[in-house]
Amino acid sequence: MRFSLANVALQALSHNSGWPEQWRNAEPKAAYDAVIIGAGGHGLATAYYLAKEHGLSNVAVLEKGWLGGGNTGRNTTIIRSNYLWEESAALYEHALKLWEGLSQELNYNVMYSPRGVMMLAHNTHDVQVGKRHVHANRLAGVDNEWLSPEEAKAFCPLLNVARDIRYPVVGAALQRRGGTARHDAVAWGYARAASARGVDIIQNCEATAIRRDASGAVSGVETTRGAIAAKKIGVVAAGHTSVVMAMAGVRMPLESYPLQALVSEPVKPMMPCVVMSNTIHAYMSQSDKGELVIGAGTDAYISYSQTGGLHIANHTLEAICELFPTVRRMRMLRNWGGIVDVTPDRSPIIGSTPVPGLYVNCGWGTGGFKATPGSGHVFAHTIARGEPHPLAAPFTLDRFRSGRLIDEAAAAAVAH
Amino acid sequence: MLLIACPYCGIERPEIEFRYGGEAHIARPADPSALTDGEWANFLYFRSNPKGVVAERWRHAFGCGRFFNCLRDTVSDKILAVYKAGEARPDLAADEAGRGA
Ligand SMILES: Cc1cc2nc3c(=O)[nH]c(=O)nc-3n(C[C@H](O)[C@H](O)[C@H](O)COP(=O)(O)OP(=O)(O)OC[C@H]3O[C@@H](n4cnc5c(N)ncnc54)[C@H](O)[C@@H]3O)c2cc1C
Ligand SMILES: [Zn+2]
Repeated sequence: MRFSLANVALQALSHNSGWPEQWRNAEPKAAYDAVIIGAGGHGLATAYYLAKEHGLSNVAVLEKGWLGGGNTGRNTTIIRSNYLWEESAALYEHALKLWEGLSQELNYNVMYSPRGVMMLAHNTHDVQVGKRHVHANRLAGVDNEWLSPEEAKAFCPLLNVARDIRYPVVGAALQRRGGTARHDAVAWGYARAASARGVDIIQNCEATAIRRDASGAVSGVETTRGAIAAKKIGVVAAGHTSVVMAMAGVRMPLESYPLQALVSEPVKPMMPCVVMSNTIHAYMSQSDKGELVIGAGTDAYISYSQTGGLHIANHTLEAICELFPTVRRMRMLRNWGGIVDVTPDRSPIIGSTPVPGLYVNCGWGTGGFKATPGSGHVFAHTIARGEPHPLAAPFTLDRFRSGRLIDEAAAAAVAH
Repeated sequence: MLLIACPYCGIERPEIEFRYGGEAHIARPADPSALTDGEWANFLYFRSNPKGVVAERWRHAFGCGRFFNCLRDTVSDKILAVYKAGEARPDLAADEAGRGA
């Protein structure tokens, strides 16, 4: 049933008891044309675009836990496209354009809110890097502008722009079209829309082995709910990508780190935008529920523990308290971690692998939520056609051999 | 925060005294010019990133300043062994069997 004014009114009359389940809880079939491993936002979006744009609806999405329970449901939902290199800006901008129409496209309110993302500069180096980004973005047709500390304060009145603090704000880059969206709604919206087009979403189903035929090509996947045959497999497993790819004998240029976030008690609207500081590893926004959403840094070491050191969160809170003195006495309600898959150049890997029929979409690290629609869109093209979407073409696994890295490390060492 | 026992100092200290050095036992190629691009990529960028026991380097940056190696379970974050740079990776299974006997 579509969400529409008429249906909302009609369902209200029956005390909202008539809404059907949002997606089918499918049982695994013996074979599919394509199997996606990982029902995060990226995997679900991939399945949706496979069905919608490539006529491939005999597709299963396997999820070892519950849908959206990985990084998709754990992230701080910052969306922006002002990356440094042309390849990245084009890819993230593709996603941003899809965000702008996504609620209509999916008939599901993903609560995309272009409230502006402001990235602070605290020293000369930050100013140089920030301005370089502004210029590069404008040449690439991506909006980004430079603000003085006073202009930054006008855009976010909570911000402390005193000159005598440890990390004074000396300028800021602002992408007005950047903002946030509701993370769960993105997973649910894609799941509902993909399911409606015939995609099977199979939860509590962990891929445990990847089968290959005599020629070496993939022939299927073994799961905790039985074997499934498929000639095409897309691995979209974020922090667990190295583990899943090892099932096919493929080593990856990835390291998995815990990344943390925390939220405060809910309060009335006080923060109109997103503010980030890469230099002091802190960023904050306010959710529609009223909680302040705060993102911290990664731990120093690789881990699959889905938690993080308290000193990491503490470091971020010190910075938050200095940048936003108003929030000093607020209580934090929840703190959690997700496992992020980080590449050496901090850019994703989207494409084919040395194993025929095996495709991978990973390496989004600390900042892939913003790319969800674009990532799924270009990856579906790559899987369906067997050749990369033009926007995905630079993001190959082979770039680590050829040396054509897309080095966003300086741009996004931790932040989003 | 991890508590790490530096094998040189012989005491357990908080993680913030240390710097992480990434995966251990990645030897620099003996004859660099003989390597293919693929082999270079493997040396520079590809990592085992295991879910389970990892051998990793740490440096006691705010202590003795020295590098050493550590075996850690990446699911529980429990440190299973520390050993000096240059020493072979301890065989945990053998240690376990020895203890049982
Ligand atoms: C604390 C935190 C804050 C973040 N903040 C931001 C932000 O502000 N902006 C931003 O753009 N990005 C942010 N990110 C990054 C972002 O969350 C991720 O890049 C993005 O959500 C990845 O989406 P995904 O669908 O690839 O991964 P996931 O949502 O993690 O989905 C992968 C799925 O694969 C499943 N899986 C793994 N192994 C198997 C298996 N063997 N069989 C079956 N299923 C399997 C997992 O259970 C998981 O559900 C943040 C991340 C974290 C942790
Ligand atoms: Zn020491």
